[in-house]
Amino acid sequence: MTDTASRKGTAAHHDHTHGVEIVLDDVVKRYPGQVDAAVDHVSMTIPAGETVVFVGPSGCGKTTTMRMINRLIEPSSGRITIGGKDALSIDPDQLRRGIGYSIQQAGLFPHLTVAKNVATVPGLIGWDRKHIAERTDEMLDLVGLDPDTYRDRYPRQLSGGQQQRVGVARALAADPPVLLMDEPFGAVDPITRGLLQDELMRLQSELGKTIVFVTHDFNEAVKLGDRIAVLGSQSHIMQYDTPEAILANPANDMVAGFVGADASLKQLTLSRVRDVRLIECPTAHEDGSVDEMRRALLARRRQWGLILDARNRPVRWVSPAHLATVDSLRDVGDPVGEILSVQSTLQDALEALLAESSASTVVTGRRGEYVGLITIDTLVENLRQLRDEHADDHDDLSDPGPSALDEPGGAQRAPEELAP
Amino acid sequence: MSTETSPRGSAPGAGVAATDVAVVDHTAAADRRAERMRLLAQPVLVLLLTGGVLAWAFSRDLNATQQASISVANLATLTWQHVLITVAVVVIVVALAVPLGTLLTRPGWTRLAPVFVGIANIGAAAPAIGLLVLFYLATRTTGFWIGVLPIAFYSLLPVLRNTILGYQQVDPTLIDAGRGQGMSARTVLRRVEFPMAVPYILAGLRTSLVLAVGTATLCFLVSAGGLGVLIDTGYKLRDNVTLVVGAVLAVSLALLVDWLGALAEVYLGPKGLR
Repeated sequence: MTDTASRKGTAAHHDHTHGVEIVLDDVVKRYPGQVDAAVDHVSMTIPAGETVVFVGPSGCGKTTTMRMINRLIEPSSGRITIGGKDALSIDPDQLRRGIGYSIQQAGLFPHLTVAKNVATVPGLIGWDRKHIAERTDEMLDLVGLDPDTYRDRYPRQLSGGQQQRVGVARALAADPPVLLMDEPFGAVDPITRGLLQDELMRLQSELGKTIVFVTHDFNEAVKLGDRIAVLGSQSHIMQYDTPEAILANPANDMVAGFVGADASLKQLTLSRVRDVRLIECPTAHEDGSVDEMRRALLARRRQWGLILDARNRPVRWVSPAHLATVDSLRDVGDPVGEILSVQSTLQDALEALLAESSASTVVTGRRGEYVGLITIDTLVENLRQLRDEHADDHDDLSDPGPSALDEPGGAQRAPEELAP
Repeated sequence: MSTETSPRGSAPGAGVAATDVAVVDHTAAADRRAERMRLLAQPVLVLLLTGGVLAWAFSRDLNATQQASISVANLATLTWQHVLITVAVVVIVVALAVPLGTLLTRPGWTRLAPVFVGIANIGAAAPAIGLLVLFYLATRTTGFWIGVLPIAFYSLLPVLRNTILGYQQVDPTLIDAGRGQGMSARTVLRRVEFPMAVPYILAGLRTSLVLAVGTATLCFLVSAGGLGVLIDTGYKLRDNVTLVVGAVLAVSLALLVDWLGALAEVYLGPKGLR
């Protein structure tokens, strides 16, 4: 339904290095003395400028797979290219300076100030002092921390969420095209985690880096990922596709189990109200004619209409019963309760419908003007459409060969359909 | 005697859960207050002891031998010798134990750690006087270094153990974060691991200092001088004044050195860890 590019926005800012493609080709990691490989013949392409989330149960090898990209773990065999360059042919330290790295609990150096932490990689690659200082302030600004307040603090003087922000600032400081994030938000409370996720999505829409994100939280994967790789044991790729496609049609039982029983609810978080077809109801301004409104209402099966104010903002619901005894549309009808914006997700819409226990909820545009109504049928239709689209995404489940993974689900997805 | 001295307060572990922080902060704050009191009180005590014992000694009628041993010049010489012995011991201990401890925590070398800790343990477990005498018997010489070397061996363990401990307590995620950002193993050691280990090393150093300054009183046995000479003279001549002056000055010097060690712990450790 929604195109990933439009959903998360991958437009690159001209001041920043845009992401590059990462290709894993038949990568194996075998530890001495172990029968089974930790990572067993994994091949995948991570498209430039996209956020790819590795998700899977603990011990499945997702972190190992990620750490082979910056060679914190050396692959036993196989090839990894980053932006077309063979990662195994570059000095590991040089390679890592070009790859942002953010880990759980931020991994900030406690004996260094926030500024010195952020300046780690620029310092290693030998930027001059002034450039580093400017860049540090710019990065703190970018992650929403006031440089004057936080520059000279030590990590222990920050909250968990702030530490994590500094961690992201540090990873981005030298403007690497690629960012590796290993459960970066795993150790913060759910509310902060949500904020940090939003922040990361905002950053990514500005920066357009290639992000490899490891998590065991499928909801986080759905929220952040342009694509999700669901990994099984030995890092076998169970399914590698857009969140929409995985939710609509899990490739196998293991993926289905990981997606959970509430796949449809999660699906609703992926579409926004502006992407679906809204329905109309009769409307009138407060100074409009009562008779006209009554006729409009009686002419339709829907017995409710909206009174709008001078700036087209919805004010009150009216029914023919309300209009029977009045001669002006002022002060008549029931006040409008929940209002959705076109930016709201369909999950917000469902929540509003349930909260109001009404058949439909008003949707307003950017300036609060009336746009249309959303009903429960709209949501059901949206889900049905998604399932139809992804129904035959993977007819052949047994062999997730490299060719199928190079074009993960992209080819067969239908363009967005808005108008009836 | 415990040789695994932990650094002052509690090093803020990155993994401390949010709920624990308040508790830790509370006790750490109490510890810090007590420590501050001690930092203020200790030098005052040193001054009182030294001033008191000197005033007491010089106000007495001293006989000729007493006047020879309790002269300002002699006291200054002996104290200076004592200080020199202590400094030499500590320099040797640091120069030996810190690099050794660093090496023994590098990959591939950790298996050797028990061997060296074991050797240092022997040095610490043996009585200092025994080491001095054995070393004298082995070399058949006397003098400054014959006093310094056995004492250095004797006080090696705290710094060695704490250096190893200091590196071991570094959160592996910090090393991972350093390597992951493109620091070489050596850069991680220099810029992350070593600074993180410094509070532990300083705590070990303080213990070693106190051991060294205490055992330096035995150096008179090998003619290396020090305040032990006064104690020895006082004992042999049944001269309580000389004995008391020597003993009290040795105690004062030990307290002073311990105070300097405490200052070093407070001011030389990385600021972010305080």
